[in-house]
Amino acid sequence: MEDRDLKGYWRKNLKYVGILLSIWFTVSYGFGILLAPALNEVRIGGFKLGFWFAQQGSIYVFVLLIFVYVYLMNRLDHEFGVSEEDA
Amino acid sequence: MDVQTWTYILVGITFTIYIGIAIWSKAASTSEFYIAEGAVSPLTNGMATAADWMSAASFLSMAGLISFMGYDGTVYLMGWTGGYVLLALLLAPYLRKFGKFTVPDFIGDRYYSQIARTVAVICALIVSFTYVAGQMRGVGLVFSKFLEVDIFWGVVIGMAIVFFYAVMGGMKGITYTQVAQYCVLIFAFMVPAFFISMQLTGSPIPQFGFGSTLNDGSGVYLLDKLDQLHTELGFAEYTSGTKSMQDVFFITVALMVGTAGLPHVIVRFFTVPKVKDARISVGYALIFIAILYTTAPAIAVFSRTNLIETVSKQPYKEMPEWFNTWEETGLLAWVDKNEDGLINYGPGAAMEGAPSIVRENGEIKRGKLGQPLINNFRTDNTNELYVDRDIMVLANPEIAGLPNWVAALVAAGGLAAALSTAAGLLLVISTAVSHDLIKKQINPDISDKAELRYARIAAAAAVVVAGYFGINPPGFVAEVVAIAFGLAAASFFPAIILGIFYKRMNREGAIAGMVTGLLFTLAYIIFFKILFPEDNTPENWWFGISPEGIGTMGMLVNLAVSLAVGMVFPDPPEEVQEMVESIRYPK
Repeated sequence: MEDRDLKGYWRKNLKYVGILLSIWFTVSYGFGILLAPALNEVRIGGFKLGFWFAQQGSIYVFVLLIFVYVYLMNRLDHEFGVSEEDA
Repeated sequence: MDVQTWTYILVGITFTIYIGIAIWSKAASTSEFYIAEGAVSPLTNGMATAADWMSAASFLSMAGLISFMGYDGTVYLMGWTGGYVLLALLLAPYLRKFGKFTVPDFIGDRYYSQIARTVAVICALIVSFTYVAGQMRGVGLVFSKFLEVDIFWGVVIGMAIVFFYAVMGGMKGITYTQVAQYCVLIFAFMVPAFFISMQLTGSPIPQFGFGSTLNDGSGVYLLDKLDQLHTELGFAEYTSGTKSMQDVFFITVALMVGTAGLPHVIVRFFTVPKVKDARISVGYALIFIAILYTTAPAIAVFSRTNLIETVSKQPYKEMPEWFNTWEETGLLAWVDKNEDGLINYGPGAAMEGAPSIVRENGEIKRGKLGQPLINNFRTDNTNELYVDRDIMVLANPEIAGLPNWVAALVAAGGLAAALSTAAGLLLVISTAVSHDLIKKQINPDISDKAELRYARIAAAAAVVVAGYFGINPPGFVAEVVAIAFGLAAASFFPAIILGIFYKRMNREGAIAGMVTGLLFTLAYIIFFKILFPEDNTPENWWFGISPEGIGTMGMLVNLAVSLAVGMVFPDPPEEVQEMVESIRYPK
């Protein structure tokens, strides 16, 4: 395998990680903590939005982020021929 | 049937299952003992990780804590789940590819240094021992509350069970018992939550229930009602909290990063067959954890509302049965400061310290309304009620008037949570001794059989030490949990991340970083928590960061020192750089 391929794989992996972690940070620390007082002016049902993100929403987003990463990486593994399932 | 009979039945059944699994899954080699031969399916591992992770604190204490902290409880909810995103994206797949047995293994090999390995072993031992003592205490508490067994015997029974399946089965036995324990604990946590959500809001799903309107036809939202009750009684609004924003921020980071750096969690991802499995396994684990963690804030709101509505400004004479039962345990107490016979509940402590009941010849001395009398000095404020946070989950079924078997189920669930975490920690301790110390440092020529024997001896010794601390807890057990997370955040996490993502990180930098991060964090926590607890107030903290959140600073110190010292020394040897290169690709 050419070295260039692996470099490309790693670069793409880092890009995915960077994007997903920015979402991770924005939702938890952004919506749940830093912006919570402002978001609390908005309501969904009985929840103030900032409070909901802090105690519910962020956790759902965490789960989602991991599964998105799993999907992206499985695709990337195949694309660059580094998957454990490829012969 | 009464609660106690039900508890004997349920605890008996669950313990029989655990022992059965232990006999079925006896480990024959070190590979089976340390990582279950790396043959655990991702889903099974996800469930085992969830049980491994959710301890007596998650199960018994967290919802209660949140119900008194309101919005501030967010630090636990996000802090103890968000770390799994870091695990999935930054740690688990690479450590699985590395493919050895322990975290010190990785640190030692990656930083080509026995000193680095030893520092990692010391960190792993400190973190795991502080944590395991709390679990044994939890076991003792459940036994003494529900089965009226002495705390001493409660801990001994718990030790015997863990001893049996951890020492015999190692990781293999632990994995499959943890799966069973997860099922027990999640069922036990959810059943009362469904019932109470139904009662209060008419919605069976607690996650929706606490955002719904009340069941009394008033059309008022539950959270608005609770905010209003809080304001009337002089508390801060439930949905706003009182901690400063920067402290909430720092504590959340410390708990998240600490979670991702805890050796007993990381090591679970060595047990799956492939890199791909490690990634998805973290996802499964977080789903199983999220079921409990999204329910806990709902339980917190339900029990807080139920508590205030039951007791506030009500005559003591009309308190239900559970109130008196818990009063006799000293976890709930009432002092009639203004002698009006009503329970006046408000902010501030009702008395100095935890209640100590006045006794005469062993009999509880009672006031004129029948309330147990308390020795403690009363405080100047108007609050007359002392409520221990830990009783909220345990007393919840009784407060809501649920059937006896539900209360017994909660006891069995608490035991499952404590035992599963204790077992995972004991395994880390035993591998740190038999593998990282004996095999890797003292006697590399040791046979697999002999190493396995040492692993069992170390596990057995660790059970006994943990049991001792469970029976005689050092006065600062609750405080040292902050140490476990702070240390994991300030020592392991940066060293592992740099080891994977920065090929030129060398041993000098990593060791200097781990040691300074560790000492900095330890010094700050010991200063405020143990040496000068009276100075432990926001005015004295650095940048308003409490000892719980200082691990975040420790992590930054570690990173800065690692990078700075690393620049001065030569790059790591060629073969180490190649090793780093190889763990980045699944194949």
